[in-house]
Amino acid sequence: MTVETKLPFDKDYLEQFSKERNEPAWMSELRVSALSQVNTLEMPKPDKTNIRNWNFNTFKHEFTSGQAVTTTTELPEEIQAYFDEENKAENLLIQRNHSVAFSTLNEDLKDKGVIFTDIFTALNEHSDLVEKYYMKEAVSVDQDRLTALHAALMNGGIFIYVPKNVQIEAPIQAIFWQEDPETALFNHVLIVAEEGSSLTYLENYVSHNEEQKTVANIVTEVFAHDNAQVAYGAVDHFAAGTTTYVNRRGVAQRDAKINWALGQMNDGNTVSENITYLLGDNATSEAKAVTVGRGKQTQNFTSSIRQFGKQTDAFILQRGVMKGSATTIFNAIGKIEHGGSKSNSEQESRVLMLSEKARGDANPILLIDEDDVTAGHAASVGRVDPLQMYYLMSRGLTKEEAERLVIHGFLEPVVSQIPIESVRKQLTQVIERKVN
Amino acid sequence: MSGSVLEIKNLHVSIEDKEILKGVNLTIKGGEFHAIMGPNGTGKSTLASAIMGHPKYEVTEGSIILDGEDVLEMEVDERARAGLFLAMQYPSEISGVTTSDFLRSAINARREEGDEVSLMKFIKQLDKDLDLLEIDQNMATRYLNEGFSGGEKKRNEILQLLQINPAIAILDEIDSGLDIDALKIVSKGINKMRGEDFGCLMITHYQRLLNYITPDFVHVMMQGRVVKSGGPELAKRLEEEGYEWIKEELGITDETVEQNA
Repeated sequence: MTVETKLPFDKDYLEQFSKERNEPAWMSELRVSALSQVNTLEMPKPDKTNIRNWNFNTFKHEFTSGQAVTTTTELPEEIQAYFDEENKAENLLIQRNHSVAFSTLNEDLKDKGVIFTDIFTALNEHSDLVEKYYMKEAVSVDQDRLTALHAALMNGGIFIYVPKNVQIEAPIQAIFWQEDPETALFNHVLIVAEEGSSLTYLENYVSHNEEQKTVANIVTEVFAHDNAQVAYGAVDHFAAGTTTYVNRRGVAQRDAKINWALGQMNDGNTVSENITYLLGDNATSEAKAVTVGRGKQTQNFTSSIRQFGKQTDAFILQRGVMKGSATTIFNAIGKIEHGGSKSNSEQESRVLMLSEKARGDANPILLIDEDDVTAGHAASVGRVDPLQMYYLMSRGLTKEEAERLVIHGFLEPVVSQIPIESVRKQLTQVIERKVN
Repeated sequence: MSGSVLEIKNLHVSIEDKEILKGVNLTIKGGEFHAIMGPNGTGKSTLASAIMGHPKYEVTEGSIILDGEDVLEMEVDERARAGLFLAMQYPSEISGVTTSDFLRSAINARREEGDEVSLMKFIKQLDKDLDLLEIDQNMATRYLNEGFSGGEKKRNEILQLLQINPAIAILDEIDSGLDIDALKIVSKGINKMRGEDFGCLMITHYQRLLNYITPDFVHVMMQGRVVKSGGPELAKRLEEEGYEWIKEELGITDETVEQNA
């Protein structure tokens, strides 16, 4: 049953690709080595979702530059919607296809040693630092065929480095705009927060390929060292033509905190894994995610927090709204490893069904290998409460408006965690479009 | 134009095939305050729910007409926009929707597109009404009814009444679970609505509410019908003598709707 992956990429192609980017030798070698493993590794096997017939092979890979702009006002409106022009993020990078169209970083942060740059510049200028973290502890090359493919074909992304004890108040924002409808995005986001540092990061993925088929194969790796805090927000909005495989992984050391707020609004088939390792004592993580499924799309979301340290605290919150004949599987996996005493693992997954044909599953999983811990879970799949509708309509709200309010309210616990107001608004609008 | 007229004629209502209301007749006009009293299980709340269009209640016979329009033909939201309001006994909790966002939606639901209430004007009126009802400002930013105490829910219903300003309001046991101070405040809010353009139907077990809001008409419900009507003096007599004398007068032994079910 293995699907033969006949990709038109060989060693020479990758070496040439790497050379054109002036990549360090280790990167070129990693690509070639990853490619050699692609055909021997298994495809990922998301629980209860069959991805055998999904498009993973039809896409263009060659490096595609996007036009750079000197001011963000030159960008089309649909991209400008992602930031507030008057109150723009001081730290903003816009990637257009595979190249940087616009970027800015606060001077003071630069002086403090903060790095916020595209992945190719980072490989040139901070090779050792990137090499130390790139696809090692968080996501490994040989996890499955698609992660190997990612390592081989990586063609975009960013690197953020926050030195020891540097606190970044204003959010850092990255917009990944897949303008070319056939070009694949193998995007890599690497964030390193050194001891005692903190940052808030927000990313947007955007494409408009309704008909043309392509793929997005994304890896995020976040490292929060002792006492570091990372707030990570995302709004994914790939169009229906894109098949998405996204791994977002975090590693938290002692007293560190990694909080995720993921707005997963893709219109195409999607497998998303968000895993956080709480390695150090007292490390904490909240993994919150929302999605709206519509049309015929199939999605599979896994949120998992693995607790190794003592007194760690984990909270997983998933909310999904399903309409049309969309199918979505939610897996929430809390795992307390042996030795993780006095830890707490909580999770809540709720799915709201808006149509008869939609399918939604919430699978709460708690795996506990330690005695002295606390844990709890809640999961539900249901329809809009008719009494809530009656109450709201009795105040004059139309059925549509009442339903809209209930849906927004249902998704609010995650939406409210998105750190930039313009993106929160934009996410709200996307939700609006998807549910109506 | 003076107030609206709500006419209920020979109303029969069932829930899950069990008949609760067995021919209710009642007319409420703008400027009038009516009270419906009666022991538990006589169909008072069913009347309120049926007028508003609760999905579980089925009208099997009779009519409800508001200003010449057939209310039974209308969806719940159309009834509301036509001028009806029901302060519910058990308001729903709407998680994630703030009270103020909800109120704005409710107000704008009555206005044309492009003519929505301005934010400034809305906040000004909201602050005024919150003050009147002695509600903490932070209720506006709390999720609608979520985690509210019983008393807060009742005040919130009256807040909505003031904000929405309907033609005819039905208050279903608005006094239940309120201490005397809260009852006074809630009554203050309701009395503020008094005027030619506002008609009100209060449903209550207790005369207590009527000490603060004087009704023009008092009706007693038993066995799913209005069995006696009168002025405020009827409520006073009920307080002093209970319901037994009415039962005797009418030859009723069991006042609930169960009796001939």
